[in-house]
Amino acid sequence: MKAIEAVERPQLQTRPDMRAGDTVRVHVKVREGEKERIQVFEGLVIAQHRGGARATFTVRKVSFGQGVERIFPLHSPIIDKIQVVRSARVRRAKLYFLRKLRGKAARMRERRRN
Amino acid sequence: MVNGILGRKIGMTQVFDPNGRALPATVLTAGPCVVVQRKTAERDGYDAVQLGLVEERPARVTKPLAGHYRKSGVDPAQARLSQVREVAVVEAPSGDALQDGNEVRVASLFAAGDQVDVVGESRGRGFQGVMKRHGFAGGRATHGSMFHRAPGSIGQSSWPSRVLKGMRGPGRMGGDRVTVRNLRVIQVDEENNRLVVNGAVPGAPGGHVLIRRAVAARREPAAPVQDAAAKKKKRN
Repeated sequence: MKAIEAVERPQLQTRPDMRAGDTVRVHVKVREGEKERIQVFEGLVIAQHRGGARATFTVRKVSFGQGVERIFPLHSPIIDKIQVVRSARVRRAKLYFLRKLRGKAARMRERRRN
Repeated sequence: MVNGILGRKIGMTQVFDPNGRALPATVLTAGPCVVVQRKTAERDGYDAVQLGLVEERPARVTKPLAGHYRKSGVDPAQARLSQVREVAVVEAPSGDALQDGNEVRVASLFAAGDQVDVVGESRGRGFQGVMKRHGFAGGRATHGSMFHRAPGSIGQSSWPSRVLKGMRGPGRMGGDRVTVRNLRVIQVDEENNRLVVNGAVPGAPGGHVLIRRAVAARREPAAPVQDAAAKKKKRN
């Protein structure tokens, strides 16, 4: 087990403290031919999957009325940075119930961060 | 030079490549090994070395094995060899650097980017039916089907009045020697005798493996993303 951690450790990137319910802006490096540019994916973190270098998080947003979810590897080098925009008070770790809700029903109360 | 090295599987993780893709990776300990016996073409009819995998904890050694180790200058009281296997030698060097008692380490064999074959023993699955063991289709689960996972017909009738040899049936599955070819080496950690390869390796974590130079190494796989970029560069 230690050997696996030793392989994973150098890959770990510094990422902000996030939790389910946070609204984040994920800056993703997109490669188009030779050019590289940054694309921002903003949405709500509805799930986090821990696991060293294999950790992922799921961001959900509603784009033109269509729900879009993207699962990012937390330590992927294609993620330039992650900004936490807002935090909502939520009572569970996985917010999958939001998939069935839209509009007013999907509102969330702000959580105070300290 | 030796063709391979003994080691153990530690487990799997993933490693990000420069393009940001997550590659499945297996972490292995590879060596250090000692040469227990040198086989030469003159004396034995073939060129090879018998390697022993050196472990952290001393292994139990029977007296005959202890005698064998002593011959090659490995102290049997501290013999930490968990496994001894023969490994072929490539291009028998004229100076013959390989002698009994010599140490073999990973870094002298492999570097990142090399292709290797990994041989291990697959996990034992016990007595399994024909669907799991041989991939038979089986029958329907519902709708009145009375034929679910059975093998079905295994032959004809009064002629030949017997089951043909080699008919696949249920039985012990797993625990076989399995070779996975052409795994790419992602990382070599000389200090810790660690090797990271791209892809899966047979067996359970902790199982013994033989890591050898790829017998039929494939040429550089065309990385589509990089290729497109390279072509563009040429045009410009």
